[in-house]
Amino acid sequence: MRFLFKTDYEDDIRLVPHSGYVISYGVLLAVLAIAPFVLSSYIVSQLVFVCIYATVGVGLMILTGFTGQASLGHAAFLAIGAYTAGFLQQYNVPFPVYFLAAGLLTGAIGAMVGFPALRLQGIYLVIATISFAFIVEEILARWESVTHGNEGMRVKTIQLLGTAVPRDSPGFYFLCLGFLILTILGTLNLLRSPTGRAFVAIRDSETAARSMGVNVSLYKVKSFAISAAITGFAGVLFAHKLSFISPEMFTLQLSIEFIIVILIGGTFSLHGAVLGAIFLVMIDPFLTYLKDDVPGMIAGVAATFGAGKEAVAHIKDNAAAVASANGLKGAIYGLIIVLFVLFEPLGLYGRWLKIKLFFQLFPLYKRATFKRQKIYVKSERNR
Amino acid sequence: MLDFVQQLVSGIALGCVYGLIALGFVLVYKATEVVNFAQGDLMMLGGFFAFTFIGMLGLNYWLGFAGAVICMALFGMLAERVVVRPILGYPQFSIIMATIGLGYFLRSIAGMIWGTDDLKIETPFSQGVLRIGSLVLAYDKLSVIAATIILCGLLYLFFNRTTLGTAMRASSENMLAAYYMGIPVKRVVSIVWAISAAVATAAGVLLAPITFIHSNVGLVLGLKAFPAAVLGGFGSIPGAVVGGVLIGVIESMAGFYLPQGWKDVAPYIVLLVVLLLKPEGLFGVHTRKKV
Repeated sequence: MRFLFKTDYEDDIRLVPHSGYVISYGVLLAVLAIAPFVLSSYIVSQLVFVCIYATVGVGLMILTGFTGQASLGHAAFLAIGAYTAGFLQQYNVPFPVYFLAAGLLTGAIGAMVGFPALRLQGIYLVIATISFAFIVEEILARWESVTHGNEGMRVKTIQLLGTAVPRDSPGFYFLCLGFLILTILGTLNLLRSPTGRAFVAIRDSETAARSMGVNVSLYKVKSFAISAAITGFAGVLFAHKLSFISPEMFTLQLSIEFIIVILIGGTFSLHGAVLGAIFLVMIDPFLTYLKDDVPGMIAGVAATFGAGKEAVAHIKDNAAAVASANGLKGAIYGLIIVLFVLFEPLGLYGRWLKIKLFFQLFPLYKRATFKRQKIYVKSERNR
Repeated sequence: MLDFVQQLVSGIALGCVYGLIALGFVLVYKATEVVNFAQGDLMMLGGFFAFTFIGMLGLNYWLGFAGAVICMALFGMLAERVVVRPILGYPQFSIIMATIGLGYFLRSIAGMIWGTDDLKIETPFSQGVLRIGSLVLAYDKLSVIAATIILCGLLYLFFNRTTLGTAMRASSENMLAAYYMGIPVKRVVSIVWAISAAVATAAGVLLAPITFIHSNVGLVLGLKAFPAAVLGGFGSIPGAVVGGVLIGVIESMAGFYLPQGWKDVAPYIVLLVVLLLKPEGLFGVHTRKKV
């Protein structure tokens, strides 16, 4: 086990605490850099989605994970970013300009949502953000002169420095990856600054933060704005990746997917956003696999245990019917959320930390280290 | 004028359904401070149960209704035991996510079992209208209004006049203190969930002739019950129903008098305005924490 000897605050907030980080993240970066030249285009395309979802996850993590303000309306911010890009592109605005414009506009709208949200807590905030997302969705469907309504909108290929960056090229992958890395670095930097510490203070106790002189309203609005802006930037990339946007893409379902990303990853660290994004994007290939291969496997197992030919065919048909049922994806989503909340509240990254600590402290690891505190008395109603 | 009254009545009928779903939220919220995002899906499931009993097994309407209510009350207890009880006392966000997950799960499973078609239940009120002068009121809508009034009265009496109701209010004020006073809090919470699921089922069955039953009905109506609950002040039983009726009337008026598209967003605009101007709602009690 490595002991870090810290002598001052600078040591405590260093982005790279020890040389191990350089090696492990360097290797990861190298692997990611050669990925598009080695892997199949399908996997690279999935990786692009991972990058986009992870970017949104980082944005949502700032708001929900670090400031403690739940939001079920991030699909709306993504939509605003995507539509800004689609709209400005029609007037031949260059990519860097509309990319920035989309982020800034979404950030401004996020701040505008943040102001009313100042007075809201817990469930009220969740309900208010859902309502905001519904209203945005309806505006997108009705404001036909700008958004083309339900017909949707084509988004052309990115033109960057005079060259086209098609949505399935390695260039696009590097663009998304680069932006994700920039976002993560920026967020890490933000979190060790006074602003970031104020966010965490507000999450842990609003009253305590206020009495320590933190301007709670200001920082909540800032958190909303930053989170929305990051989501808006991701929205531009999302629009380009799909090359077509329409209002029914940005529903409550998508907002819930973003929450799943941070919930599954673990809401206390940025690692969680990336792990959660990988997990969420992998659900689709997993379902395909379930449909194609698993019924045959089950039938094979049944056959080895001496089931008759007819029974095997019957089992195979039933398994195939279950695997290709319409609602399977929703059921799996629901099950994953419930199971993670019940059994792994710290998410995938929390599990990794537990495993790591188990080996570091072997044989002294105690399960209670990560146990959550139950609170029966505190009423969140009168916070 | 006649149009106005027609719209008013259908708005009130719709609003009563929102009110009944909101009532389910409020019951659970009052008892455990848990907001059950799966309430609409419990309603949907109740409708499907009733369809199974009445439409598929051919039972009498009232018998099927009672069967669905009992099944769903048991299901509500089961959901509480399996999903909610282990995380009671943890941050509210976890519980909200767990109930959202539960809703997702129920919706998909119901879609797999009963298919995605619109199902219909034959009820004694499906046909026939009540004529007052030139005003035509459908029985199915009137039945929803009547049932809501009866249910609300019963629940109000239950909460304010019975020992069990008092125990529920006590455990909603402070769970730990209620434990010390000898109230079996776990059993109380489980009964609250049963009642809330039963109320949702009643809403689902009454609604069946108006909107039909399909697996997404819970999501659509459940989300519209939030504005109702917030408008009435989360945690107030009469508030939930009044809020529901107001939202129903606003929605139906917006659909009739305003351009297309307003109907669906009007409840949410009302919700945001209420949250901004009077977050405690019409009947809510405003509380502040003292440090």
